[in-house]
Amino acid sequence: MSERDVLLRMKSISKTFPGVKALSNVDFTLERGEVHALMGENGAGKSTLIKVLTGVERPEAGVIELEGRPIFPKDPHHAQSLGISAVYQEINLCLNLSVAENIFIGREPLKFGRIDWKTIHQRAQQLLERLDIRLDVQQSLGSFSVAIQQMVAIARALDISAKVLILDEPTSCLDANEVERLFQVMRRLKSEGLGIIFISHFLDQVYAIADRITVLRNSEQVGCYSAATLPRLELVSKMLGKELEDLEGLARVKQAGTSRVSKSTLLEVKNLGRIGKLQPFDLEVNAGEVVGLAGLLGSGRTETAQLLFGVEQPDSGSIKLDGKEIQPLSPAKALKKKIGLCPENRRSDGVVPELTVRENILLALQAGRGWFRRLNRKQQMEITNGYIRALNISTPDGEQLVKNLSGGNQQKVILARWLATDPRLLILDEPTKGIDIGAKTEIQKLILALARDGKAIVFISSEIDEVIRCSQRVMVLRDRQKVTELRGDQINKTWIMQSIAERVSDGPA
Amino acid sequence: MDRHNAGWRSLMNSPLSGAGLALLLIMAFNLFFTPGFFDIRIQDNQLRGSLIDILVRGAPLMLMALGMTLVIATGGVDLSVGPVAAITGAVAAALIGGQLNVTQMPLSLVLLIALLIAILCGIWNGVLVAYIGIQPIVATLILMVAGRGIAQLITQGQILTIYYPPYHFLGAGYWFLPFSMYLVIAIFILISLFVRRTALGLFIEAIGVSASASYYSGINEKNIKLLVYGLCGLCAGIAGILISANIRSADANNAGLWYELDAILAVVIGGTALSGGRFSLVGSLLGALIIQSLTTTIYRFGVPPEVTLVVKAGVVFTVSLLQAPGFRKLKLGRSVAPKGVAQ
Repeated sequence: MSERDVLLRMKSISKTFPGVKALSNVDFTLERGEVHALMGENGAGKSTLIKVLTGVERPEAGVIELEGRPIFPKDPHHAQSLGISAVYQEINLCLNLSVAENIFIGREPLKFGRIDWKTIHQRAQQLLERLDIRLDVQQSLGSFSVAIQQMVAIARALDISAKVLILDEPTSCLDANEVERLFQVMRRLKSEGLGIIFISHFLDQVYAIADRITVLRNSEQVGCYSAATLPRLELVSKMLGKELEDLEGLARVKQAGTSRVSKSTLLEVKNLGRIGKLQPFDLEVNAGEVVGLAGLLGSGRTETAQLLFGVEQPDSGSIKLDGKEIQPLSPAKALKKKIGLCPENRRSDGVVPELTVRENILLALQAGRGWFRRLNRKQQMEITNGYIRALNISTPDGEQLVKNLSGGNQQKVILARWLATDPRLLILDEPTKGIDIGAKTEIQKLILALARDGKAIVFISSEIDEVIRCSQRVMVLRDRQKVTELRGDQINKTWIMQSIAERVSDGPA
Repeated sequence: MDRHNAGWRSLMNSPLSGAGLALLLIMAFNLFFTPGFFDIRIQDNQLRGSLIDILVRGAPLMLMALGMTLVIATGGVDLSVGPVAAITGAVAAALIGGQLNVTQMPLSLVLLIALLIAILCGIWNGVLVAYIGIQPIVATLILMVAGRGIAQLITQGQILTIYYPPYHFLGAGYWFLPFSMYLVIAIFILISLFVRRTALGLFIEAIGVSASASYYSGINEKNIKLLVYGLCGLCAGIAGILISANIRSADANNAGLWYELDAILAVVIGGTALSGGRFSLVGSLLGALIIQSLTTTIYRFGVPPEVTLVVKAGVVFTVSLLQAPGFRKLKLGRSVAPKGVAQ
């Protein structure tokens, strides 16, 4: 690589966490005006590399140079002042503050010693207009969609005079239009000479926007490639360190599963709805069947899961399990009825970060037994180690704190938590969000295996391919309403896309 | 050498190290500067001395700190433990009555009723926090303010003197060692078994770290909180009985005054974070002992009372500093750096 336009260079970076080697001698260079994708499986070291760059973690060895001068980021604030800003996968903004406040928090312009609200609101408006977004910047951020929140986070990062912009899984919550809009913004920033580090699990997106790709695997750097000359399959095999025969295997398993679906109805939902959240809908789920839920973000998928698990109370309709009404429902009662839910928001509703892997896995099982009937130490270890092996959770042992695990492994811990309760109906809300292809395949395989064991699965995913691969039936949602149910040959990309999009064309776009 | 070092490091990393160190320092100070501090003598078949004195006087605080630990671990706080102690003492005194050497009601019934009322106070807090959703600091502030009024209503504004010796025994009696010591140890063991031999401890910690994730896991967090606040009320009630038995009267205004703050302090010094999550009952006992040793030391040393609070603040500051993550990083960071050179 020529020396002319190197903006950022990281040399021989190493970092160890208790019991885990997170980075080992990793090199990374970013040029001015390029989008550089950082690829790798969960736990490959992407997040750690970013944390080192933004000063969240200090490396044990290695050098970071920005524009030829060595820098030592002490904390994210310091990194920002050096010109390195990051927008994370799960947004770190204050939902209760206004859009403008979020953009300027911690660096409010002053006038006569008081906060100059007029300037704040004006500049916030301008910054967002630069990203093609027009909205009332005085409204609280929480009232906007996740996509808008993401844009606000980017606007904030840009305004802090970034030289290097890090986008960590920025698209995992966006729909196709929003992704395109984000890419336009990225292209513009790129032409202004910014260096952008882009982390995503969506290969399409990486190839659509990235100039170069650096692949990490097992805490080490595999290599740095030009996106134009690296075939997809090769990229995937570099990330995984193996060929992708697994994916093809899945289709066959599902085929075998379809023929075996028993006709016994486990869950029968009639006219279930909640005003303002979800229009009343009907649904049946049989034992041994995977029912996929497809739809855009905000179409009512998560709301469906929350009604079925008792997180939200419906104002109409009935939920019958084995023909018996089970309402009113709460998570505690759902657990007793052997229903499980892996929630969409892993960080706030899923893991208990300060507790160990063992404690996290046992939480639901123990909650079902009640606090008085504690599992003894030996049973705890057996169950924990069993699931660490079965789900291939990469952790030194069960006593590791969950917060030290990578996103995909945290997801597996939550899956293990519910599998340990031996559920009859398992609702999985975006179980593969923000995790890498290898772990995704593993989770998809697991879903099919569970269905084969006679469990009923409700599977929610933004990735249509994944829904198609796993589901025997697909319920499609649009605008908080069930629009159709597809089965058999109808389960293909065209049908689902059409069902999702049907009325979008004559709507307000 | 290396293993030795690692052991030392993990010791220094343990949340108890700061508290243990502080207690050692206070004792070392006394060893040199307070003559007779460590003297223990047997008098009428009873163990006496400054150390024993610390245990007797510290007993109510230790009990309150135990209950407070669990509340704080759920991410809450209970500001009403002092007034609850006063209410319990007042109820007990009123039920015993003012006659010499006799009680209106069997002592066991007196204790039962008084402690039930203490539990009720705790449950009131628990309902406000868990079911009505008031912030713990505000919810328990209500009883903190109202509690002393309630206690005064019970004592009718008087200091009720208790003339029934078996009741005195609870606070000042001896079976070779002070009775209150047995009580603290028994309750410590009971609570430890109660939370660690069941899954209660796990649920409390899970709720403290992430109430939302606990809810999604099917934990009935409201009932757990209710239980914990009730338990905290019970501990405060037992402390109230000890206090009133020790001074042989129920003083609605001053019994357990400011104990809530000392109890919170004891918990924090003991290494349980105010934000909730992981808790240590032993740590809280240590914390309470530190606070009491400090008070006793200061009195024994003859420091004027107006300076007492300043000295106390200084020690608390030091312990908190030793436990603060920022300071630890600084300290450990320095001990890591010269490794290659020093060894």
